[in-house]
Parts: sequence; structure tokens; C-alpha cells
Amino acid sequence: MCTYETEHVAISGSGKGASGWFPLSAATVYFDHPVHAPAEHTLNVDFLNPERGPSARVAVELDPASAVALARAILAAAETAELFTGTALLGEAQVPLSRG
Amino acid sequence: MKAETVTIAGHGGDEIEAYLAQPFGKGPFGGVVVIHHMPGYDRSSKEIARRFADEGYIALMPNLYSREAPGASPDDAAAAARAGGGVPDERLVGDVDGASKHIKSLASSNGKIATIGYCSGGRQSFLAGVSLQLDAAVDCYGAAVVNPLPAGSPVKMAPLVDRVKDLSCPLLGLFGEEDQHPSPEEVAILEKQLAEHGKTYEFHSYPGAGHAFFCVDRPSFRPEAAKDGWERINHFFGRYLAS
Repeated sequence: MCTYETEHVAISGSGKGASGWFPLSAATVYFDHPVHAPAEHTLNVDFLNPERGPSARVAVELDPASAVALARAILAAAETAELFTGTALLGEAQVPLSRG
Repeated sequence: MKAETVTIAGHGGDEIEAYLAQPFGKGPFGGVVVIHHMPGYDRSSKEIARRFADEGYIALMPNLYSREAPGASPDDAAAAARAGGGVPDERLVGDVDGASKHIKSLASSNGKIATIGYCSGGRQSFLAGVSLQLDAAVDCYGAAVVNPLPAGSPVKMAPLVDRVKDLSCPLLGLFGEEDQHPSPEEVAILEKQLAEHGKTYEFHSYPGAGHAFFCVDRPSFRPEAAKDGWERINHFFGRYLAS
């Protein structure tokens, strides 16, 4: 089905899309039909810059288990970032993984 | 056939993009408004429009995401529309009405109009049928016709089953027995309502098929169900769109 349920996240960084690199300001995360991945539903992440229009998008469609593995890998890398920078990052970031 | 991108007047008179596929010849031909699925105004949906032209109908598919993402690729447009909560029902009805009027304005039109949609478009085809004066409507596994979307969904997509009484045309429903959205129970409730209101309808549910069994480029594709479904659609349109 078309779930329409979407997590919206404000982000800061850069992404490389069809027209090259651009600054990112938002991400959406949702479980729904993919465009390309060979599955009926996938866990999809869009990295966006809405000010630049709908085409300013880096899209991934992931098998849900691999999406969780990716999320854990990001958190592991964030631990390294904490140690390296001395900045606390993970307090809130652990919340989404504990849901599932 | 001839297939091209055109501009039509949609809801509120907005100029929106649409894909028009039609047979060569004077006609008169019946018209089919194709309502694309949530992934958008994409290649596979345009193939469906051309298929109807090949069957002898004028097919017109409005780009429901014209406003959110003019000129964007279909997948980017769909993502933008999705993030915004989808297509409002009122706007959908206005866009389908605009497409219907555009077809009728063509010299080769016989004045008869059907709608067809898949997935979210299935619900929207039913919505058009209870909102506009049509000659036929086809609902291919449209969810949220009987049961609401799950709680917390940001999109406003209310059930439509209480509007069965307003259905203006014969309805063809094609469903998968393994689908959960709509589930067989929901399909049964809708069928019961149609019968109680004395509506003309034809429902077929396919064993071994789930949601999106017409989609040839997805794992959900079920060739036998899809082939039979296309035959049902052709027969249905042959009956209700003939001059």
C-alpha cells in the first residue's frame, strides 16, 4: 500500500545528486513502495534541499534490515566522531533505534 | 497511435501537464482518464495510457504532481508530493474533471469517459466515480476506500465507503486475495454496500496475488491475474464506452 507515513529530519551537510554536489537541509525517512529496488516495500531515505526544488534529492531505497545495519554503522561512526571532537552526539540519536 | 505531452486545465483552472495517447482516425472513440499511482507520472503509467490508445480509446493521464514539481523527474516529483502529504481529494477530482473535459473537447471523442487507477489511483478512481458524472470507473486495489489509513498518517485520505450512494457509473474492481490494503474483508464490505445501493459493479479477486499485481517491473507482478484483469478491463470498457 501507499503508507504516506514519513519521518522528517532537519540535517546539515552536502549530497551529490544528478547535477553534482549541493547543500542538504532536510531528510525524509519512510517505509513504502520503491521506485527501483526489487521489493514491494523498502525503507527509503531522501536527502533534500527543498529550497532548490524537488530535483535536489539524493535517494536511497533499502531493504529494512540493511537500513537498520546502516543506522547502527552511522551511530558507531558517530561514537568515533564524539571521541575525536569531544562533542556529545549520541544522546538523542539512540532513541530511534530503540523503537524497533 | 499518437502520444504526446499536453497542457490541460486542472482543478481551479490550473494549467497542468498531461500525457495524451490516442488512436489515429476520426473516431468516435471513448475516453479513459488514467490516474497514475503514487510513484508518479512515470514510464510505466505512460505505457498504460498507450495501451488504452492501442485498444482504441483516447487516454489522458494528468500529472497529479504538476504543481509540486513542474519539470522534475517522476521519482523526484513523487517524493516531493509524498513529503507534502499526497494529493488532496478535492484537487484530484478537479484534475480528473479537467482531463475528462479535455477529452470531450477533442473532435474524435464520443463523449464517454471512464477512469482507471492503481493503488492510490484505485481509490482516486472510485473517488472520481462518486464525485463526477462518468460512464465507467475501474478501481485496481485501491486502499482507504473502506478502512482509514493507519493512525498518525499525515495525509488526509478519508474512507469513501459512505459515498457509495453517489456512484455515478458502473464500477469494475480488481483485487488480490493476499492484499491487506485493501484486505479481502474490506473488499467484501464495499461489495455489500454496492449491492445494497443497487449499483452496477463487477468485482474480481485473484488468488495468489497481492497488492500491485499489474506492475510488470515489481516482484508483486502476477502474470495470470494481470492478464485476466486486462481482459476484464477491455470487456468492461467495450461495454460502457462504446458509441
